[in-house]
Amino acid sequence: MTVGIVSYGAYIPRYRIKTEEIAKVWGGDAEILKNGLKVFEKSVPDVDEDAATIAVSAARNAVNRVGLDTQRIGAVYTGSESHPYAVKPTSTIVAEAVGASPDMTAADFEFACKAGSAAVQVCMGLVGSGMIDLGLAIGADVSQGAPNDALEYTAAAGGAAYVIGNKESELIAIIEDTYSFTTDTPDFWRRESQHYPSHGGRFTGDPGYFRHVTSGAKGLLKKMGTKPEDYDYAVFHQPNGKFPERAAQMLGFTKEQIKPGLVVPRLGNTYSGSCLMGIAATLDIAKPGDRIFATAYGSGAGSDAFSIRVTDKIEEFRGKVPTVEELLADPIYLDYGKYAHHKGKINFG
Amino acid sequence: MTVPRFWREQQSRYNLVGSHCKTCGNYYYPIRNLCPECRRDGDMEQYKFKGTGKIVTCTVTHTTSDEFNDLVPYALAIVELDEGAKLTTQIVDEPEKVAIGKRVHSVFRKLGSDGDSGIIYYGTKFELDKE
Repeated sequence: MTVGIVSYGAYIPRYRIKTEEIAKVWGGDAEILKNGLKVFEKSVPDVDEDAATIAVSAARNAVNRVGLDTQRIGAVYTGSESHPYAVKPTSTIVAEAVGASPDMTAADFEFACKAGSAAVQVCMGLVGSGMIDLGLAIGADVSQGAPNDALEYTAAAGGAAYVIGNKESELIAIIEDTYSFTTDTPDFWRRESQHYPSHGGRFTGDPGYFRHVTSGAKGLLKKMGTKPEDYDYAVFHQPNGKFPERAAQMLGFTKEQIKPGLVVPRLGNTYSGSCLMGIAATLDIAKPGDRIFATAYGSGAGSDAFSIRVTDKIEEFRGKVPTVEELLADPIYLDYGKYAHHKGKINFG
Repeated sequence: MTVPRFWREQQSRYNLVGSHCKTCGNYYYPIRNLCPECRRDGDMEQYKFKGTGKIVTCTVTHTTSDEFNDLVPYALAIVELDEGAKLTTQIVDEPEKVAIGKRVHSVFRKLGSDGDSGIIYYGTKFELDKE
């Protein structure tokens, strides 16, 4: 059965902090950091925003884009590593706030930065088997980086939501196939009750990100018998600006193919929202018939690769909700003190 | 606020659900069982507001209770929804940009929480439309 994207929506908080501002506080060299990470600023949540509010905002943009009857949604899955509760689902909040409950199932997913793409795959299975009419898959995070840790320069806030369906006439993009590559690789983790994650430094690169992204991508290309040049665009998980560029080069994709989806230099790493945000930015400019190759990566570790073909239907739903570019525009810049306040980094003891 | 009380009002807070009197056409927020105009002749139905409106009046709060200390300074406003009902709400933009007559739309935000271990209350606040 054909499955694909009925609608999508993104959300990015309005606040940003520049790399220079963080480097100034910790004595870092901003130019070296910017050249190394290729991240120039990152999004920061408002004081009253968290992964649940971001998930709801992205999901509402998705359902409002096509004027969806939300009672058709049979499953809501939210991927995040910053769910506001340790025990109590984010997805029930989302379901209630978009008007999908109560005749549906819901659960929260966690797989570092690829929990959102895992949610997309589960929805593909449920709609593909005919168990449900539509599935809502979301990746949203207010990601954490410890003060003066390398992650503090990239850990950002944002999310993207996808409505997955099986009626070819209402799909704005067909998901042609998906493939995953998963191993037990401890490159990044956060233990129970810890405020900030830990990571394996350079170990997160080759055995983590690059092995899994390239293996997942190659696996899908082999499974489908396609080549990088068969695609108009490509999106790879973007923990910084450097990794996806190198992954694309290793796989034979060009800089032009990844350009529309490479939002990390102005956004930072939105973790569970990262790859889904890149796909959303690419769909914003894609034309009917375009093919998009995407590979999400989650530490721990695994990758989910997707082959997507845009349909004529996409043109009907332009301009209904903000594009990723519009969400990135007109930011409010914070100094480090305000940023620390917004992120709850100040402990009053 | 108790958990059951918040839960009972969840539809109003999450999705701006209020009431519409089919007899006189008036809209009310939050949900009312009885139309104050039509009394026993009223015919009330639940209504989900579009979430758009304009600021009728506003103020900026600099000193508040402990629960809202994280937010100061913040703008509070009475917003008249396009259907006619009025409600008091926080405007999440920079306070100096908030002014009478400006157009606003609803957003989903945290309203508060019962400390670090209690329930988190979510609901609707408003944001200025882009000019």
